[in-house]
Amino acid sequence: MAAAADAVRRDGDALPLVAIEGLSKVYVRGDQVIPVLVDINLGVREGDYVALMGPSGSGKSTLLNLIAGIDKPSAGSIRVAGVDIARLSEADLAAWRAEHVGFIFQFYNLMPVLTAYQNVDLPLHLTSLSRAERRERVLTCLALVGLTDRMDHFPNELSGGQQQRVAIARALITDPTLIVADEPTGDLDRTTAEEILALMERLNRELRKTIVMVTHDPKAAEHAKRLVHLEKGVLVDA
Amino acid sequence: MFALLVLRNAFRHKLRTTLTIAGIVVAITAFGLLRTIVEAWYAGVDATSSTRLVTRNAISLVFPLPLTYAQKLRQVDGVAAVSWANWFGGVYITERNFFPQFGIDADTYLDMYPEFVIKPEERKAFLVDRNGAIAGRKLANEYGWKIGDRIPIRGTIFPGTWTFTLRAIYDGVDAKTDETQFYFHWKLLNETIKQRYPKRGDQVGVYVVEIRDPTRAAEISQSIDATFRNSLAETLTETEKAFQLGFVSMTEAILVAVQAVSFVVIVIIMAVMANTMAMTARERYAEYATMKALGFGNDYVAWLIFAESLGIALLGGALGIALTFPLAHAFAGAVGTLFPVFNVSARTLAMQVGAAALVGVVAAGVPAWRAARVRIVDGLRAVA
Repeated sequence: MAAAADAVRRDGDALPLVAIEGLSKVYVRGDQVIPVLVDINLGVREGDYVALMGPSGSGKSTLLNLIAGIDKPSAGSIRVAGVDIARLSEADLAAWRAEHVGFIFQFYNLMPVLTAYQNVDLPLHLTSLSRAERRERVLTCLALVGLTDRMDHFPNELSGGQQQRVAIARALITDPTLIVADEPTGDLDRTTAEEILALMERLNRELRKTIVMVTHDPKAAEHAKRLVHLEKGVLVDA
Repeated sequence: MFALLVLRNAFRHKLRTTLTIAGIVVAITAFGLLRTIVEAWYAGVDATSSTRLVTRNAISLVFPLPLTYAQKLRQVDGVAAVSWANWFGGVYITERNFFPQFGIDADTYLDMYPEFVIKPEERKAFLVDRNGAIAGRKLANEYGWKIGDRIPIRGTIFPGTWTFTLRAIYDGVDAKTDETQFYFHWKLLNETIKQRYPKRGDQVGVYVVEIRDPTRAAEISQSIDATFRNSLAETLTETEKAFQLGFVSMTEAILVAVQAVSFVVIVIIMAVMANTMAMTARERYAEYATMKALGFGNDYVAWLIFAESLGIALLGGALGIALTFPLAHAFAGAVGTLFPVFNVSARTLAMQVGAAALVGVVAAGVPAWRAARVRIVDGLRAVA
C-alpha cells in the first residue's frame, strides 16, 4: 500500500490532481472473467500532459474512460481533485463530468445537426451562465482554435482537422479540471495531426490544462510531458 | 437547445420523416372518418328526446296498432300528448334514392318535435293541404326540391304512385338534427287505404307518446303496456332512445367491424412509427453517448427521443385532422342521404389528437428507454 502511494506521489509531495490506487477492471463474459486492468497505481499532477501508450487491448482506453468517469472500476479508487469518482452515483458522476472533464474523441463526436458554434455551446447549457456569457466564452474558444470564421458551419461542412478543433473548443468551454483525449489524431493525416497536437500542447503550456491522452502513435506521444506504458492491463513504465 | 435538437433531429432524414408523417396523416384521417361513420350511425340515437316514448306492436314493428289506442294512451297517468306515424317505405324515382318517409298525424306530431324548425306560413300551408308534404332541408337540397314542387313516390308497402306537394321545408334546430326526413298526412294514407282495403284502415305503425316527467319513463312505459295486455295487439313501449338503439343494434356487427378497423389503423401506424423511432435512436447511440459523457443525464436523452416522436406524431395528427373535414364533407356528399347527420364531432377530434399523441408516446417508449440505458462506453464504440 505504501508502495502504491509512493507511485501515486512520485512526482512530488503534493497530492496529484488524479490519484489512482489499486485500480482493477474486469469484464465478465458468461463464466469467463477477463481482467483488463490489474492493480494500477498512477498519479497525474495538475498541469501535466500524460500520454497513455500500449498495444491494442492493453487497457489504455479503459483506463482513460475510468479517469474520465464514463466507466466504473471493479476495484480500487480514482480520486480527481480529491473526489473519489468511483463512489459517485450515476447522476452525480454526470454532473461531475460536466464540470470537471473535457472530452476529445478520435472521431470528434460532434452533433451533426448543430453548427460549430452550437456544438461548442452545448456543454454550457448545463451551467447557469447567461446567453451573453455563453456567447463570449464560445467566441473565445473558437478564436483559440482558429475557427471563428467557420462557426456557422455544420460538421459535415468542415474538414477532419477543423472538426477536431471544434471538439477541442467544446472540451475547453467549461474550463474543465482535466482534458481526456482518446486517439485525438487517429483519424487525421500527419500534417493535420501535428496541428492538432501543437494546439493541445499549447493548451497545456499556455493554459496549464491537465491532459491525459491515449495514443498508439509514438510521434503523438512525443508532444506529452510524460509517457505511461500499459501492457496486458499492467502498468509497465510510468 | 433542447427544442433546437428535437427540431433538427426530426427533419434530419427528410424523406423518412416525410413518409412517416404521411403515414400518420393517412391513419389519423382514416381513424377520424371511421369514427365519424360510427357516430353517424348513432346520430338518430343522439337526437332523441327523453320526454318521448315510442309504443309499437309487441310482436314486431311490422304489425300495426289500432287507432283507438290513442284515446287510451292519453288517459295514462303522466302522458302529456300522443301522436302517431306510419312508415311509408316508398321509392322516389329509383331505389337508390333512399330517404325515410312517414305519414304523420300532422298537428300533434309537429308539436312534439320542436327540433324541426318550420316557418309558420309553410307549416300552415302544409296543414291545410291534404296532399302536402314536409321535407328536411338536406333532403330538399339533395333533390333540388322547392316549395310547391310535386313529388311522386311509388309505394312499396302501400301500392300506387303517391304524388305530394312540397309545402314546407324544415331546418334542424342544431347540427345533430336529421334533415333527411319526409312527412305527409297520415289522414291521406288512411283514407286511401280504407278505400282500397277497408280492413286495413285506422291502423298506425307506432305511437309517439310525450310524457311530462322523463324520470318516470320506465313507470309510464309499464303502465301503457299493462293497459293493452291481453288485447289483440299488445304493446311494447320504450324510450325513443331505446327504440332507435334497437335499429342500430340490428347492424351492430358492421359497427363493431368499423370500430375495430379504426383502432387497427392506429395500431398499424404505431408499429410503423415505433420502427422508425427505433431505427432513428439506434443510429444516434454514439451521439446520445457523447451527450451523456458531456454531462447530460439519461432522462435528457430519453426526453429528446420522446419529444421528437411526439412532435412528428402530433404534426401528422394535425394534418390528418385538417384533412378529415374536407374528406368527411366529400364522403357525406358521395353517400347522399344514407347518413342523415355526418359531422366530425368534437369527440372525434379529441380522439384523433389522443390517438396521435398515443402513437408518438408509445413509439418512443422502447427506443427512449434503450437510449437512456445504453452505457457511455458502449455508445461511443458505435462510432468506430
